[in-house]
Amino acid sequence: MSALLSVTDAHVAYGKVEAVRSVSLEVGENEIVTIVGANGAGKTTLLSAIMGILPLKGRVAFAGRDLARLDIEDRVAMGLGLVPEHRELFVTMNVEDNLELGAFRIEKSRAKASIERIYTLFPRLKERRKQLAGTLSGGEQQMLAMGRALMGEPKLLMLDEPSLGLAPIIVADIFRIVTELKASGVSVLLVEQNAQAALKIADQAYVMELGEFVLSGKASDIAANERVAASYLGFQHEGASAI
Amino acid sequence: MNTTIMLFLLQDGITNGAIYALLGLALVLVFAVTRVILIPQGEFVTYGALTYASLASGQMPGTAKLALAMGVTACAFDLFVARKALHGRLILRSVVANVVLPAIVLALTIYFAAQKPSVAVCIALSLVIVAMIGLYLYRIAFQPLAHTSVLVLLIASVGTHLALQGLGLLFFGAEGQRGPAVLSGAFTAGSLRFTGQSLTVYGITIAFIVGLWLFFGLTLYGKALRATAVNRLGARLAGIRTTLSGQIAFLLASVIGALSGIMIVPITTLYYDSGFLIGLKGFVAAIIGGLVSYPLTAAAALFVGIVEAFSSFYASNYKEVIVFMLLIPVLLLRSLAAPAVEEEKD
Repeated sequence: MSALLSVTDAHVAYGKVEAVRSVSLEVGENEIVTIVGANGAGKTTLLSAIMGILPLKGRVAFAGRDLARLDIEDRVAMGLGLVPEHRELFVTMNVEDNLELGAFRIEKSRAKASIERIYTLFPRLKERRKQLAGTLSGGEQQMLAMGRALMGEPKLLMLDEPSLGLAPIIVADIFRIVTELKASGVSVLLVEQNAQAALKIADQAYVMELGEFVLSGKASDIAANERVAASYLGFQHEGASAI
Repeated sequence: MNTTIMLFLLQDGITNGAIYALLGLALVLVFAVTRVILIPQGEFVTYGALTYASLASGQMPGTAKLALAMGVTACAFDLFVARKALHGRLILRSVVANVVLPAIVLALTIYFAAQKPSVAVCIALSLVIVAMIGLYLYRIAFQPLAHTSVLVLLIASVGTHLALQGLGLLFFGAEGQRGPAVLSGAFTAGSLRFTGQSLTVYGITIAFIVGLWLFFGLTLYGKALRATAVNRLGARLAGIRTTLSGQIAFLLASVIGALSGIMIVPITTLYYDSGFLIGLKGFVAAIIGGLVSYPLTAAAALFVGIVEAFSSFYASNYKEVIVFMLLIPVLLLRSLAAPAVEEEKD
């Protein structure tokens, strides 16, 4: 079975500085894939390039189609969604408007059903539906950003540091929802600094350092890796294998 | 000054202020959505007014031909950009929207111009012609530059203003024109006399402001426009095309400009270059509104209109100077209140 998203030999540069070098990755249907790595490793840059925000050298295919000539809006229409690190909400508009706009390309009747589904997934958003997005707490804003992306009915949702700056209880909530998304048939590409939490829910994992993948495989194997444990999980496994 | 004169001046100021309010709102809308400071807004006013006046006097306005020429150019741009992935539907859509539509409007204009059409037909044709010019102007001059800085967009804006003004001279000549009143008749209330035309100005301004409010508050496309203004990247990630938002903004701005022109031309003689000064007064209001606030812009526009009316009574030679001097304290206050911000990049 071919992968839902397939990135082959991707390079992304800011001017002359190459931030991502020769990266290849695959995300299958109904799969959670995580990219872990330190701050500045190039994870956000890679997601931005897959979404079409930054130019990418190499090949990106989604649902069997080459994305090279497609702009951001076309990629959204194909079922690729991104929740960026800075969330990019419409801060002067209320929660409901933000969600409604997430379904801009979706049929109106379907959008109505989608909004109820999002409210079931994030009951907090329903309580705040008339509140301006800019006045929400960080956790609620993250939920809204995810909700808005889900309104577009993505086949693959890319989440960039969804736990950044949030209280542990909210982080647990967000990771629970990510697993629920998988159960509902949405694949997830998760970029996280919180490697421990990300590796726990992911099927596959990639470790990124200085713009390159240094390790990839099953998330459970990566979590068991000694170097990963020492560098990203903050502890040493007993009897863990070296890279 | 007695109360009657004061009321007259106030009435005059509010009538002009209503027009400036519409133009100011259009400027804020276009800037918020596309970051273009729309200098040619004044040309939309002149083109609307003089197309209407020409048609009403049985002359063929050159603007209809310009719309077709710009449409053909816009179509060529569309096809060139999509040259590597051309397909039948795209070609058909572009040809219909950019060539067939203005060609039909040109044919209708030629047909109606020959037989002195009714006011309603003149208004409808003028609005459609200027709306098309606005739409194609965006496609030709601003859409290809959408990703550039505000300064580049401003330079393009000045360029298009100069080009359109020159073409205005070519189409309408150096002589001024006046058009027939949209609504004739008048009535008096106390010492004030209300003409049908001034009531039309109030009515259309209020209707437009309410219409825009409903459009932005209730419709998905209106919300998409607001979303693009608030966060361009966020809008794109929601699947909203910034080009679509730009097209809607330019369409609204050109219709508002043309409508303003049609409302003014029965009151004042307009020349090919009159729109620039009228547009600038809308711009003063928009600046007072910080190029972001619609209610502040509308209120400022009324203030500009009233200041203009009173200064033309007290010091008519300096009335423009006084109006534009309003900007200095506003800019000073704004610069003190808010520190300079770097231009947003996306």
